Amino acid sequence: MKRRLLPGFGLSLGYTIIYLSLIVLLPLAALLAKASSIGWDALTHLLGSGRTLAALKLSFGGALVAALVNAAIGLLVAWVLVRYRFPGRRLLDALIDLPFALPTAVAGIALTAIYAPNGWLGRWLEPLGIHVAYTPLGVLVAMIFVGFPFVVRTLQPVLEALENDVEEAAMSLGATRAQTFFRVILPMLVPALLTGFALALARAVGEYGSVIFIAGNIPKQSEIAPLLIVQKLEQFDYAGAAALSVVMLTFSLLLLIAVSRLQRWSQRWTESRR
Amino acid sequence: MKPTTRPTAWPRKLAHAGLISVALLFLIVFLLLPLATVFYEALQQGLMAYVHAMAQPEALDSMRLTLLVAAIAVPLNLVFGVAAAWAMARFDFPGKSILGAFIDLPFSVSPVISGLLYVLLFGAHGWFGPWLDKHNIDIIFAVPGLVLATVFVTLPFVARELIPLMQAQGTEEEEAARVLGANGWQMFFRVTLPNIRWALLYGVLLCNARAMGEFGAVSVVSGHILGLTTTMPLEVEVLYNEYDYVGAFAVASLLAMLALLTLALKAVLEWRYGDQIASHNTARH
Repeated sequence: MKRRLLPGFGLSLGYTIIYLSLIVLLPLAALLAKASSIGWDALTHLLGSGRTLAALKLSFGGALVAALVNAAIGLLVAWVLVRYRFPGRRLLDALIDLPFALPTAVAGIALTAIYAPNGWLGRWLEPLGIHVAYTPLGVLVAMIFVGFPFVVRTLQPVLEALENDVEEAAMSLGATRAQTFFRVILPMLVPALLTGFALALARAVGEYGSVIFIAGNIPKQSEIAPLLIVQKLEQFDYAGAAALSVVMLTFSLLLLIAVSRLQRWSQRWTESRR
Repeated sequence: MKPTTRPTAWPRKLAHAGLISVALLFLIVFLLLPLATVFYEALQQGLMAYVHAMAQPEALDSMRLTLLVAAIAVPLNLVFGVAAAWAMARFDFPGKSILGAFIDLPFSVSPVISGLLYVLLFGAHGWFGPWLDKHNIDIIFAVPGLVLATVFVTLPFVARELIPLMQAQGTEEEEAARVLGANGWQMFFRVTLPNIRWALLYGVLLCNARAMGEFGAVSVVSGHILGLTTTMPLEVEVLYNEYDYVGAFAVASLLAMLALLTLALKAVLEWRYGDQIASHNTARH
């Protein structure tokens, strides 16, 4: 190791480790300890109950569908923002991050007001038999909202860095625009698209504030897993709440690992193509 | 940033217009409509009712509490972010990537679980519950719990902005300052801090927006003691559940204005100092 010319290694690293230990590690240890105290019978009872399974299915399934929708719409929006010039483009670009900046409770009550049977969109959708508020569809709408910026923001820099010459070469070799897009451009976007997809998925799985207002929270129908954790807590079932949390955290951590792998892959991918 | 300059045939122009329209429609329905709804509902019974709703003592208390929590949590994470970035971007040490993963961890924890962590630690049945109870210290269902939960969920923001920037900037200027005889703090305040100030401000901006808007984590640790542990997002929920829609949307409109202000400042920083804010150009948000 080279001689350290810069000062403050011990101080900064020490402070970082102590702070992280107090704020993150110690509480996580308490969670794991509580979760492991639940016992086998209670755990199988908890995870085997129809209500828990329905909530986990809604949280994970809904998040998966929302992330897929966001991947498709995000690709379109990123493409339009990077490739085309139209009035109001910069304003829209700044607004993409609204779901990050708007507090989730605010988003939750606003979405509920829009999709309620007498709301701006609800009053047109209800006669068509499409019920959004207080159904799993409402959960999906909220999950799409909160995860929307991820795909756009991961794709934008990649699209901006995309060299026009590759496309022009493909076109001059006789490829149609559709062929150029699907065979040349899309493959180059795949790593960023997957990263954005995974980030949107992770966000939607754990989402709480924006979902609980529009969901209606009907057990086995529109009840999400984070709400179940809150309910266990309110019934003083700390071990149950902790066990359910560990199940969700494990999934989030697997996603986190996948994202960091993807980012490393996409770095190598873009570098190999320079 | 390359606009297509070639002459385009009209079917292509039509296709462009179609794509732009679909994207615009989605953005209007999914982003602008919720935003407009907040202000529309807040003002539905006129300006007087709106002002009256915001002047309620509970609403004012929630604003005060939100400002207090952010005023404690943001500086804590600011100092942490600078320290963590200095250690991570300036030195190599074993376990560095694990440390980086732990700094990012709070972003992938559900807000509800973030709150639960502190209930299990400091709640009546938690690890330190009995001891705290004996010494009459309230953390859960009190302001310290709100602050801790907020610190947890906003922990990565500043560090995440600074680490890639400082890695990209390198160490030459700081090493030059040291060689010329500056002590550690002189180097930090005269070289490092001016170099990272815009990224630091950017991180603080995002950290503050989340700190003031956090709902799930503080909801779990608050216990909803009116006026004492109800922050603005929690007050929105309380009023909404009481069917006081004007009140709920009035408080929500303040939070929405904060969000718009955050987005505007963020856009200005990216536009004016984009080259000094590393994360703007990478795949992180």
